[in-house]
Amino acid sequence: MTKRQSRMVWVGVLLGGVALAAVLGFKALRENMMYFYTPTDLAANDAPRNARVRLGGLVERGSLVRGEGLLVTFTLADCAQKVSVRYEGILPDLFREGQGIVATGALGDDGAFTADEVLAKHDENYMPPELAEGLKSADGRHNCAPFKSVNGNLASADAPALAR
Amino acid sequence: MWTWFHRLASPPTFYRLADRYSPWLAVLSLLLIGYGLVGGLWLAPPDYQQGDAFRIIYVHVPAAWLSLSGYVAMAAAAAVAIIWRIKLAECVVVAIAPVGASFTALALITGMLWGKPMWGKYWVWDARLTSELVLLFLYLGVLGLNRAFEDPRAGARACGLLALVGVVNVPIVHYSVEWWNSLHQGSTVSRIGKPAIAASMLWPLLSMTFGCMAFFGWAVLRRVQNDVLLRERRSTWVAALLGERKAAGHV
Repeated sequence: MTKRQSRMVWVGVLLGGVALAAVLGFKALRENMMYFYTPTDLAANDAPRNARVRLGGLVERGSLVRGEGLLVTFTLADCAQKVSVRYEGILPDLFREGQGIVATGALGDDGAFTADEVLAKHDENYMPPELAEGLKSADGRHNCAPFKSVNGNLASADAPALAR
Repeated sequence: MWTWFHRLASPPTFYRLADRYSPWLAVLSLLLIGYGLVGGLWLAPPDYQQGDAFRIIYVHVPAAWLSLSGYVAMAAAAAVAIIWRIKLAECVVVAIAPVGASFTALALITGMLWGKPMWGKYWVWDARLTSELVLLFLYLGVLGLNRAFEDPRAGARACGLLALVGVVNVPIVHYSVEWWNSLHQGSTVSRIGKPAIAASMLWPLLSMTFGCMAFFGWAVLRRVQNDVLLRERRSTWVAALLGERKAAGHV
């Protein structure tokens, strides 16, 4: 083997080793890499109880109730489960029924989630308003697939979307 | 097969080729970015949800793409520099770092300016944002490491190693929105099948992207030319080049 070939092998081994380390590391840390839990995780008791967690999902259509002042209650759903959320504060402009959001707060003993921060998670679709009008009833404008369960509990894109 | 490779790698040949072709890249990038800006900021319709705020995509997405493809190019040059010990490839590694770092910073800043009105927050520590920030630190690390060495060849070897190891972060940035939950949305254009963006909005975006690529290529070529001149300042071809320029009245 010439010197150049041995350097080639060395570069290959280095890249392979770093990639392997990254794969193993991220496999072990999968739950920590997740920005939020989903209603499925809450239902499966995979999220810490009585601790501040982030919860992501779609605001279920027809579930939004505005209370006194800035108080709102709504249902947050992923592809399989839903949970009721209470929030008092300023909502982002993009907040609406059918929209993806990430709420920070804690799950109470009554099974309802009390949030102290709500962020909008918009999707990757961009279109002019006229085109969106035409799609109003069409499927897939808001998709539950981006809300993945931390432990890979069923939340496949084929499952019926509760939020549509 | 390798003769063209070795000829291109010779500094005088490269210098003359870069001199001849880089102005064309500059013209191409001006035209494409010009159309992209007009098309993106005036001609494209507002988004059905985000209104006019979505137009920041015309800077944010090209910058983010360039930050990733620029890093891949830097790592490829590093591999060539380490395996073949080609001096020109070392110059390319060092030349890409500041340009790539600028595009990464641009992607992060425009992303923050977009995040505040849409998400409700400038910054969150989700997988996409964090890994893109790590990408910026990798670029800055290559820059800093290069400065830390007196001998440019030793510096370039250290930079090459860092660039090579850091390439593992590129797929992490790209797939972070698929592998993990994030506040950042998924990919719009690179989705196989149909891009999730209306055609009237897509054309200016592609034009901006190719324009930024041409600018990137132009900036890197010019930086490599300068670096080559500096490193080879005592060689005969540089003296000859200088003589030519003097005779033509350029210096």
